[in-house]
Amino acid sequence: MRGTIYLAWRYVAFHRVKTAILVTAITLIIYLPAGLRVLVNQSSRQLTARADATPLVIGARGSPTELTLSTLYFGADVPERTHYAQAAEVEQSGLAAAIPMYVRFRTRDRPIVGTTLEYLDFRNLRVANGRRFAVLGECVVGARAAERLEVGPGDYVISSPESVFDIAGVYPLRMKVVGVLEYTDGADDDAVFVDVKTSWVIEGLGHGHQDLSLPEAAAGVLRREGNVVVGNASVMQFNEITPDNIDSFHFHGDLSGFPLTAVIAVPADQRASALLQGRYQSAELIQIVRPLDVMEQLLETILTVERFVVAGAVTVGAATLATTCLVFLLSLRLRRRERETLFKIGGSRTAVATVMTSEIVVVLAAGVGLALAFTALTQRYGDIVLRALIGA
Amino acid sequence: MIHIEGLVFRYGEGDFRLAIPGLTVESATTTAFIGPSGSGKTTLLNLIAGIVRPQAGRIETRGVAISSLSDDERRRFRVTTIGLVFQEFELLEYLTVLDNILLPYRIHRALTLDAAVRDRATDLAERVGIADRLDRHPRRLSQGERQRVAVCRAVLTDPPLLLTDEPTGNLDPVNREKVLDILFDYVAESGTTLVSVTHDHEILQRFGRVVDFRDFRAFSDGFRKPGDA
Repeated sequence: MRGTIYLAWRYVAFHRVKTAILVTAITLIIYLPAGLRVLVNQSSRQLTARADATPLVIGARGSPTELTLSTLYFGADVPERTHYAQAAEVEQSGLAAAIPMYVRFRTRDRPIVGTTLEYLDFRNLRVANGRRFAVLGECVVGARAAERLEVGPGDYVISSPESVFDIAGVYPLRMKVVGVLEYTDGADDDAVFVDVKTSWVIEGLGHGHQDLSLPEAAAGVLRREGNVVVGNASVMQFNEITPDNIDSFHFHGDLSGFPLTAVIAVPADQRASALLQGRYQSAELIQIVRPLDVMEQLLETILTVERFVVAGAVTVGAATLATTCLVFLLSLRLRRRERETLFKIGGSRTAVATVMTSEIVVVLAAGVGLALAFTALTQRYGDIVLRALIGA
Repeated sequence: MIHIEGLVFRYGEGDFRLAIPGLTVESATTTAFIGPSGSGKTTLLNLIAGIVRPQAGRIETRGVAISSLSDDERRRFRVTTIGLVFQEFELLEYLTVLDNILLPYRIHRALTLDAAVRDRATDLAERVGIADRLDRHPRRLSQGERQRVAVCRAVLTDPPLLLTDEPTGNLDPVNREKVLDILFDYVAESGTTLVSVTHDHEILQRFGRVVDFRDFRAFSDGFRKPGDA
């Protein structure tokens, strides 16, 4: 038996190109539908799990999908803005707790999520190293983001400018990392969390600069009108919030009009949820969405696509399988003389058949093994692919 | 060594019919079968080797009635008692020279492949001048080298009977002589019985006996001596 398997192995190794093509074909026949199934299952599980844990999202009218993906996965597409007043309104309704979300800026390729400490509690995000953000200009970093940015408590991250050509725009803000979160295997691992007010500072809605009432700042004064001092362009603005300059930071305008991308509403019960949804049903400028509904719609689309892909893969697979069988049959015919030789020098019909079938078995086993390995890899790393696909 | 009596063989329903009233080949002799194509020379080799069975008659090799053995017994007998060399060499292209020589040991359980067998294969390869080609595949060998590999494979088990079917049919004169030298040197040294089918009348002088298949009736007493017209 060992001898015949050795012969089969030598045959397969000698015809390595033919073998590689056959193994690839068999691998693809099995892996395409299996891998896709795994990916779809994972996406279903991932999308619904996080969506299920997020009861309601309120935002400006626009694409519900964009609003949901931005709020749940901090995607790169920024939805229409709503206002901070919306969060206050939800709170005042007494129907739900409100968590403001402002997901617009990035530090390198990681999203900066402007929110409140309630968000960390809501998602059950625990600090692995350091502490939570406490004052303006501090941030806590998700586990994967910390790895990618190579930062830990005491380090700094700098917000990325939205456009490199906007030289008159907002200066990047240097923020101190005060904590790194525990790994959660979710979108939160890739984000940098700051207080929502810090994100407004990044946008330039709040700023800090030298005290213009001081005599040494006279060069920066454009004009004085009673108590009002108007600075000129030479006034030095701070691009980092420190204990020394934090008192100089202030916001111009009414905070309730400041932008948010969404408000996560956490109703006390189903009744409160229904009432809250009823309130916004006919609102012209505001929408309220159940992330689970949005994700299920998205899943329906994915499942439809999967059905098309699987149907295509099965058709191609059947054709490939038929071709593979033909290759094996032709190979057996071409090897008729070899069979006769083996038989003449003393090989039994069974031994000769074993040599021939071992080749097929080796190819099939390699193809199936590779397909299983790829499927296992998809199972293991599919979530990373998915996150990349949905831009989270 | 070989004793044939009242042998009759035909392939299926075809016209071919081989009938041999009697034929004896003594041990440690060299015999050539000559005759026109289709006269049954190769068929007789196959019958002696037990590859096919006659419809009637008896074939005895080394005292064993091979025609009455079961398939498995005949295979075992063949692999341990008979070495075969074919006109087309019949080497497996995907095996190296060494693996081709060792092939009988890989294909039958009756033979055990061990270090001694490998050493013997290497020795044989050295004797026939292909020791430096053991790792090569047959397609990278000359025709003469391939037939030398086939001879090594045939004699590796040290068989008392060597059957060769047109062993020099595909070789140029120089290689033909080399291969024949190897075969006859081996036969002389080991005392092996050699039976060979050939069309090549130039090599008949090397054989101790020639059997002409042109007239089957003459088998019992019609053997020509080497050098006869």
